[in-house]
Amino acid sequence: MYYLRMIVRNAMRHQLRSGLTVLGIVVAIVAFGLLRTVVDAWYSGAEAASKSRLITRNAISLVFSMPLAYAGKIRQIDGVKAVSYASWFGGVYVTEKNFFPQFAVHAPTYFNLYPEFVVPPEQMRDFLHDRKGAIVGRRLAETYGFKIGDTVSLRGTIYPGIWDFVIRGIYDGAERTTDVSQFFFQWDYVNETMRITAPRRMNTVGVYIIALTGADRASDVSASVDATFRNSLAETLTETEQAFQLGFVSMTEAIVVAIRVVSYLIIFIIMAVMANTMAMTVRERLSEYATLKALGFGSRHLAGLIFGEAFVIAGCGALIGIFCTFPIAERFGKATGTLFPTFNVHDETIEWQIACAVLIAVVAALVPCWRVMHIRIVDGLRSIG
Amino acid sequence: MDQAAQTIVAIRNLAKAYRRGDQVVPVLTDITLDIAAGDYVALMGPSGSGKSTLLNLIAGIDKPDAGSLSIGGIDITALDEADLAAWRSRHVGFIFQFYNLMPVLTAFENVELPLLLTDLSAAQRRQHVGDALEMVGLADRVEHYPSELSGGQQQRVAIARAIITDPTILVADEPTGDLDRVSAEEVLNLIDRLNRELGKTVIMVTHDPHAAAKARSIRHLDKGELTQ
Ligand SMILES: Nc1ncnc2c1ncn2[C@@H]1O[C@H](COP(=O)(O)OP(=O)(O)OP(=O)(O)O)[C@@H](O)[C@H]1O
Ligand SMILES: [Mg+2]
Repeated sequence: MYYLRMIVRNAMRHQLRSGLTVLGIVVAIVAFGLLRTVVDAWYSGAEAASKSRLITRNAISLVFSMPLAYAGKIRQIDGVKAVSYASWFGGVYVTEKNFFPQFAVHAPTYFNLYPEFVVPPEQMRDFLHDRKGAIVGRRLAETYGFKIGDTVSLRGTIYPGIWDFVIRGIYDGAERTTDVSQFFFQWDYVNETMRITAPRRMNTVGVYIIALTGADRASDVSASVDATFRNSLAETLTETEQAFQLGFVSMTEAIVVAIRVVSYLIIFIIMAVMANTMAMTVRERLSEYATLKALGFGSRHLAGLIFGEAFVIAGCGALIGIFCTFPIAERFGKATGTLFPTFNVHDETIEWQIACAVLIAVVAALVPCWRVMHIRIVDGLRSIG
Repeated sequence: MDQAAQTIVAIRNLAKAYRRGDQVVPVLTDITLDIAAGDYVALMGPSGSGKSTLLNLIAGIDKPDAGSLSIGGIDITALDEADLAAWRSRHVGFIFQFYNLMPVLTAFENVELPLLLTDLSAAQRRQHVGDALEMVGLADRVEHYPSELSGGQQQRVAIARAIITDPTILVADEPTGDLDRVSAEEVLNLIDRLNRELGKTVIMVTHDPHAAAKARSIRHLDKGELTQ
């Protein structure tokens, strides 16, 4: 209690200096947390992706499609429980800035494979009965104010023209990590339109989604699928949904690395600031520490006082910073709309923030502490604060 | 001092030099001195003569280069850093020229500070601190911080801190050097009382002949040697 009082009062001695240092730590901790959350959001698609679902795509590239006829052949492969298919639509809603994923899906089967997309049964029924129907994620609906019955126009890029869809359902995520920012509609609608406007693109599919009888079948089923279509016009590449998603993220790896580096740099800078604060503080009080030594206080006590003070300052900064991270991340997540599938502050991020604060305190206290421990008492007593 | 004076500080052939670069500056050469229990010694001498250096050696906050230094029968030159610190906490009371109180602690807490190294309970500590502050006449200033006290009051708090652990010796380096006449007089009277009423052994460095006059004996130091 006595020591704690002394530590806290010491920390409060230069209120401006301590205050500014705390402020710096708050900013650093928030920035660090936010950047980590951005990186997590980046990977969240892959993280939420299933390891027990396979994605089959054209082996050459995702931009090439595969014949619809593959569905039947895949279904016959041992280990396959169900098959569905989807095509990336890539339409523009009003302006290019409003990015969200849009998929033309085989409606009768698709949602059976994605139990994490929770749709009320009557909405699902309405959707299945409406050729132009669409189901949208909750966050997407909230971002753009979509309501059931609304007509939403998308300007096609891959599939030219203006496409009107009627919102028939809104899905929620079964998990916190479920991407609730997607836009689904009927593959059949796109296909029928192609019949008229671009007959050569009829009956083609972007990706097949395969549900397995067991997660342990992933590697042998993907090998069988790819073997089935070897030497055909459209060879396939099958991998788990997670591997498929990570493939996307790896394209932007450099940005992720840059963000990570910046987040470490921020911690490094505040470490230097804090070290400077502690060094100044301790230098001014050398004669006090020397007096304590003269009175018989040992290294343990002095280290306790110095580290304690560093921990009080870093702790205040970290506490405020961590509390601020949540509302700021929420606003940031809202501001970026549906750019990221999910934007949540992970528990791990908070643990990292705490670890950073501890590191900041320890590093800052280390050198001044060493100096106080090794200074000769008579020299310390002579020093003027 | 009518009892057979028992030697409490025994200094034999003590030497100390400071090194500045490769230059060796001898400060104390061959000091031999006995101080009896209950004595009150004033150390005088010109500036730079090594008074503070000698006092610091006696107080165990500096190490001699040669010679022996035994206090209360303990050869303190043989103690390592940690043992020496523990020894100081039990046997030495410090009174500094600039008081050296902790600015973030109240008068009460400052006096309590040395007791944290003992295993007294909080209640016992409170009792001791109360008595000590009473003794120096500051019972009504316990909650004051050093910045809220006059120089003389601060020095009296420091004296209370110096005697709180009932040390073997009290060392004072120019205890009145920073005080006005009246405050200085108060502090000197207090030190005098500690010596006469409580039987404390006091070693005081001073420039002031008036202060030295209060001591039982005066030793002169010149160019690192004791003259009478
Ligand atoms: N840490 C040190 N390094 C080098 N020289 C020192 C050191 N401390 C003291 N000295 C030198 O030792 C000599 C004696 O110093 P000391 O402080 O003991 O003198 P003093 O008698 O107390 O003087 P004053 O009356 O001015 O306080 C001085 O010449 C001083 O310059
Ligand atoms: Mg001196």
